Amino acid sequence: MGGVWGSVFAPGLFTYTFMVHAWVALLAVAVAAPVVGYFVVLRGAAFMAHAIPQSAFMGAALAVLVGASPLVGVGAATLATAAGLAVLDRPQRPGASGAVVAMVLVLSLGLGNLFLALSNAYAGEVYALLFGQLVGVSAGEAWLSVMLMVVLLGTVAYVYRPLLLTSVLPESAEARGVRLMPVNLVFALLLALAATMTVPVVGSLLSFSLLVGPAATASRLTAHPARLLGGAVALAVVTVAVALVLAYDTGAPIGFVVTALTALSYVAASALGRWPHGGERAADARGA
Amino acid sequence: MAALVLWAPGIFTSRPVLVAWEVGGMVALVSGVVGVLTILRGQSFLGHALSDVGATGAAGATLMGLPALLGFLAGGVVAGIAVDLGGERVRERDLATGVVLSAMLGLGALFLYLLTETGNAAGAVETILFGSLFAVPPDLVPAVGLTSAVALALVALLWRPVWFATLTPESARARGVPVRAVGLLFTLAVVAAVEESALAVGALLSTALLIGPAAAAMTWARRPVSAVLGAAAIGVAATLIGVVLAYDSYFWPPVGRGWPVSFLITALVFLVYAASQWRRRRVHPGGGL
Repeated sequence: MGGVWGSVFAPGLFTYTFMVHAWVALLAVAVAAPVVGYFVVLRGAAFMAHAIPQSAFMGAALAVLVGASPLVGVGAATLATAAGLAVLDRPQRPGASGAVVAMVLVLSLGLGNLFLALSNAYAGEVYALLFGQLVGVSAGEAWLSVMLMVVLLGTVAYVYRPLLLTSVLPESAEARGVRLMPVNLVFALLLALAATMTVPVVGSLLSFSLLVGPAATASRLTAHPARLLGGAVALAVVTVAVALVLAYDTGAPIGFVVTALTALSYVAASALGRWPHGGERAADARGA
Repeated sequence: MAALVLWAPGIFTSRPVLVAWEVGGMVALVSGVVGVLTILRGQSFLGHALSDVGATGAAGATLMGLPALLGFLAGGVVAGIAVDLGGERVRERDLATGVVLSAMLGLGALFLYLLTETGNAAGAVETILFGSLFAVPPDLVPAVGLTSAVALALVALLWRPVWFATLTPESARARGVPVRAVGLLFTLAVVAAVEESALAVGALLSTALLIGPAAAAMTWARRPVSAVLGAAAIGVAATLIGVVLAYDSYFWPPVGRGWPVSFLITALVFLVYAASQWRRRRVHPGGGL
């Protein structure tokens, strides 16, 4: 050891218990989030992907107010918000969809603000959920992340074809007898699942970045479904691994490192996508 | 007696209440005016993202000891331009918004982390995210007034071309309207509206004033002017009443704590919005602007 090697892979990076928990939870998140993010990109549902993790704040604040476990609050709030959005969000005219998401988001944040103000508790725990608390991942939470990842991947495998069809060509899916509403609901619930496993680790403000970033970056390089999906997952795993090492070495907040790496790779992919070959086909497919 | 319950003693002489009315009224007016076009242009997400991004700017400004409003505006202008350059199609712009937003949120997490290292952070975080109209310092009133005037002037100046470019972009372009330039200038008006309300009611709740009144007014209005004026009226009314309720809430349970004014305004806006959507579905689905 020693030298550069020793200072990058600092002692304890893979051996401290809290770091082992962090690795397990973060890698589970890095595999699961981009899979949902792939459909977020296809559907142009970035605002929903932002709103659902944010509602975790309301759940955590309510849990603190009534004395329940914050994780239960987060799960319940994200599921309720997702179901509400899937039911209410039926765009009939330009911009209406964004307005519905905005209003649901604002209501959940406002309620979170109220619950926090009414409870006398120290708000640190709730704010930790906004920005994540990597060193605080317990063994139970790490295993929960892995279990949620398995559930999420299983669900996606089960509904992959109708979900893909309704995401890319909603009209023709409807014409072929696929009912949009149940598929939209499943999509929203997948977002809620991804949010529940991501929020406690990287925070509600930043779980969005893992949902959207890798898939958006991959979509700049290819339009082929399997390559896009695989590329997004690979990118997320690499991003998270590098971020965890950097955060451990420097003490910087993990959320910042993850978003900075995500933004850099998106900018690089956009520049690469403008290149004559690989990019042009992707751009054509996107425009279609 | 009822009047005494609503108009709690001292409400008209309380300095914070008067400042809250002044600032809140201006903010709600501008947000309502800008909101209708924001929705029609498919920029609701941008409108929300700008407030989060502004929070990053505000945290940075707080770190450097500069006024928060400056940070809000700087963050907003940078992000607004970045997103506008990110793409013309709504879907592409949505993703660009997402990426810019997540990068700025990450930066915000770093700033807030540094703030916690240097001093009392929980307070700073709460003020930036949720704000409080009652905590607005009176010497901020001229700055908010100036920002409001700039936003309103931009909308007035762009009024015809921006409606033309929003409703029928192709024919606007064919008739020689500089669609991209008009869009960028309008985005700057959105930035001004969002950032001043982010300062007043908090970054997370400014979206309520931008989108709620406009979405409600659009279901009733038949013409652009009435939609915009209606949105402004709903927003201003919700804000003024919200301030009164927040003042009264010191007598509500839990007694002596008070309910957050940002929540009360948001709740009023949401009620109006929900009523408008319910009415639209029952009376004339697909009606309105």
